[in-house]
Amino acid sequence: MFSVKRRFFRDLQRDRWAVRYLELQLYGSNLWMGVVSLDQGYVVQMQGITKEFPGVVALNGVDFNLKRGEVHALVGENGAGKSTLIKILSGAYQMDRGEIRINGQKVNISSPRHSQELGISVIYQEFNLVPYLSVAENIFLGRESMSNGVFINNKENRAKAQELLDRLELEISIDDTVADLGVAQQQMVEVAKALSMQASIIVMDEPTSALGNREIEQLFRTIEKMKSEGISIIYISHRLEELWQIADRVTVLRDGQFITTSDMETMDKDQLIKYMVGRDLTEQFPERNVSLGEEILRVENLSKKGVLENISFNLRKGEVVGFAGLVGSGRTELMRCLFGADRFEQGKIYLEGREIEIKSPRDAIGHGIGFITEDRQRQGLMLVRPVKENITVTALDRVISNLLIDHSEERRIAEDLVDKLRIRTPGLEQEVRYLSGGNQQKVVISKWLLEKAKILIFDEPTRGIDVGAKKEVYSLINELVGQGVGVIMVSSELPEILGMSDRIYVMSEGRITGELGSQEATQEKILQYATEE
Amino acid sequence: MIKSSPRKLAPQRRLDSFRKELGALTGLILLCIVMSFASPYFLSLTNLMNVLRQSTLIGIVAAGMTMIIITGGIDLSVGSVLSLSSCLTAGMIIWYGWNVWLSVALGIIIGAVFGLLNGLLITQIPLPPFIATLGIMGVARGLAFVYTGGAPIYTFPKSFRYLGQGMIGPVPFPVILMLIIYVLFYILLKRTKLGRYTYAIGGNEEAAILSGIQVGKFKTVVYALTGALAALAGMILAARLDAATSVAGDGFELDVIAAVVIGGTSLSGGQGGVIGSLIGALIMGVVRNGLNLLLVSSHWQRVILGVIILVAVTVDVLRKRGVFVKSRG
Ligand SMILES: Nc1ncnc2c1ncn2[C@@H]1O[C@H](COP(=O)(O)OP(=O)(O)OP(=O)(O)O)[C@@H](O)[C@H]1O
Ligand SMILES: [Mg+2]
Repeated sequence: MFSVKRRFFRDLQRDRWAVRYLELQLYGSNLWMGVVSLDQGYVVQMQGITKEFPGVVALNGVDFNLKRGEVHALVGENGAGKSTLIKILSGAYQMDRGEIRINGQKVNISSPRHSQELGISVIYQEFNLVPYLSVAENIFLGRESMSNGVFINNKENRAKAQELLDRLELEISIDDTVADLGVAQQQMVEVAKALSMQASIIVMDEPTSALGNREIEQLFRTIEKMKSEGISIIYISHRLEELWQIADRVTVLRDGQFITTSDMETMDKDQLIKYMVGRDLTEQFPERNVSLGEEILRVENLSKKGVLENISFNLRKGEVVGFAGLVGSGRTELMRCLFGADRFEQGKIYLEGREIEIKSPRDAIGHGIGFITEDRQRQGLMLVRPVKENITVTALDRVISNLLIDHSEERRIAEDLVDKLRIRTPGLEQEVRYLSGGNQQKVVISKWLLEKAKILIFDEPTRGIDVGAKKEVYSLINELVGQGVGVIMVSSELPEILGMSDRIYVMSEGRITGELGSQEATQEKILQYATEE
Repeated sequence: MIKSSPRKLAPQRRLDSFRKELGALTGLILLCIVMSFASPYFLSLTNLMNVLRQSTLIGIVAAGMTMIIITGGIDLSVGSVLSLSSCLTAGMIIWYGWNVWLSVALGIIIGAVFGLLNGLLITQIPLPPFIATLGIMGVARGLAFVYTGGAPIYTFPKSFRYLGQGMIGPVPFPVILMLIIYVLFYILLKRTKLGRYTYAIGGNEEAAILSGIQVGKFKTVVYALTGALAALAGMILAARLDAATSVAGDGFELDVIAAVVIGGTSLSGGQGGVIGSLIGALIMGVVRNGLNLLLVSSHWQRVILGVIILVAVTVDVLRKRGVFVKSRG
């Protein structure tokens, strides 16, 4: 029977419409999928994929194969081409050369819609949810069940949504407004939405970068659940440790080239990093020998109703103070208050012993405080502007003489930083939105290095950046504290907090619940403070 | 040191920075070629100067509107402000017999004040630009009617008429004025802090604030500048017609916005430039002039201009999409 179908197919090859129609019909039925994957074993086969952008070869003859029911990690440095490969699979980009087979059948993925019809669903880091609609409404947005063809059949939609959430064993109410959900829960809604489209292949581009440990656990449970239903998952992440927990196989890209595909079990971390960066990378957290200076910042009893409660802490010259805590514990809010981006009701801030008032980011910058925000797309970057302008925006005065911007001086300064941070861009005039995620993050960091800052606040500084770049950010922080800068580092990655901080404050529900010196701090202690009520 | 060091940065290509304007320019040239075949008069010096003259009002205000649109805003009040300030200036000169240049200066200041008001409403309350300027549009228009009683104020002294009718050699004075304004605004946008921050604000307002930019202040300045330009356009129009009326500039804001958009400045902010807007204004001028030469009724002209705006923006959108999806094989 199988071969009959095959021949039937071949006869129809010339009639594309009929083939497309049949593909849809057949892939829709599990029977056919089962038959094909028995034959091939692979649900996705990408061969020799090449994609060029002006000035950049993003992918050069990359192979990638996905088995049914596996979690396949895709790793590589920033700009290695991971997101580009995914965008080709999802129909957002068209490849220049190469071949894609889905369930053994050669396809030419022409649009995101086509990709969806083939059962592929991508969950991007920037969610595509409508904030003020409910969970159920979001899941079926644009595909609502109708009664009489006119009215949305809410009852049926809600029932179907509930069924999906139950299937994923999620404790989210279908009537919650998406805006009220945490990041992790929003992600779960995205997963549910993908499943509602009958997706059999789900791609997750850096799903854990915005999540805390607790949320990651939940995500992994959901992934296991999907896996057990035979759904295949492509999983991109810069948090290498978690790969051994969740992934079955891993593919490494470097500079747009395919490097290797291997079972997770037979791969160790050092080897994986070596594949990624092309050489050995020793000691993630570089040694630092800085003697601490006098106190540079002291915050006393800072409070903001319902958000922050009696926050007191201090920072010394040349010190790295880490802020640990669960997502939503108030760390970012505290930093925004310090920086004048948000108001607080009570509390005093002393800079070098003198009380200061900070009413706006401009005041803060005037006092020598810099803030590297966690959400680069929303708060850090002007996406449609060139790299150069994004770098110099905080320190434009340095390149202005006689009221006019000195373009060559500006270029020189920007080029210095691009070199120093190894930002991969075809030029200073490239719009930031075309940079890979990690390189965007480096641009955000770079703009604060121009001003002579006394205090730098790093909020999740290594989110989305690769192992090599992480180490460079750490070296950079060391260099800064070596020059007497005080650094505050908010991070949800415990190894990073432990590896970099001289002192650690732990926050929970808007309060500081613990302070730990670098000697006494352990993951367990931090977690204990972080979950304290 | 990580291995993937950035390749040597490519030097900035000069042409690249004008890529966006290239589309509009091609459109303008094509239009001129078509027109020169359609009407033998089109290419005559007098007519070309006419086209330029007709483009000046839209052109001058479009320079300011470009900056507003780059910040992500819009200004619907320019037509009304144009009318009000020209009426007030006319009143000062003709009714009260004040010094001509003092009156012109005051008129322009009044325009700037209305722009300032727009800016304050938008940044201090804050109101959405569309609403704030819609309100001011009504207020300014109404005040113009109140002040003039609805009747035109006419017969200016010769010195004032020069603003609209004067010639420097074969070139009308307002055209020279427009070109000077464009040179200034080009420099303003590309070389000054105000210009750079205009792009930054439109590119991402929140990031701009967090970078220490006084967003409110700079936005307000941009609206005030545009108000002043609208007033200046009002002077030129009154001088050309030798009359100031409270109905002048009705619907003018849409022409100005159209010129800016045709010129490739994106309504979503952060991108664009004045050169494109100048070309956009010229396109509007050529089309108007051409349709007049071809004796197309003014009613049909509206239809055709509407279609042209749609075509221009569609072409722009398609071209942009072409950058994202390069389809081959
Ligand atoms: N639309 C585009 N236009 C121009 N260049 C692009 C575009 N998209 C990606 N690139 C370039 O292609 C290369 C690969 O980018 P990609 O986003 O795939 O990297 P990535 O592996 O996902 O990196 P990261 O880990 O930083 O997210 C980068 O050099 C990037 O600058
Ligand atoms: Mg990426």
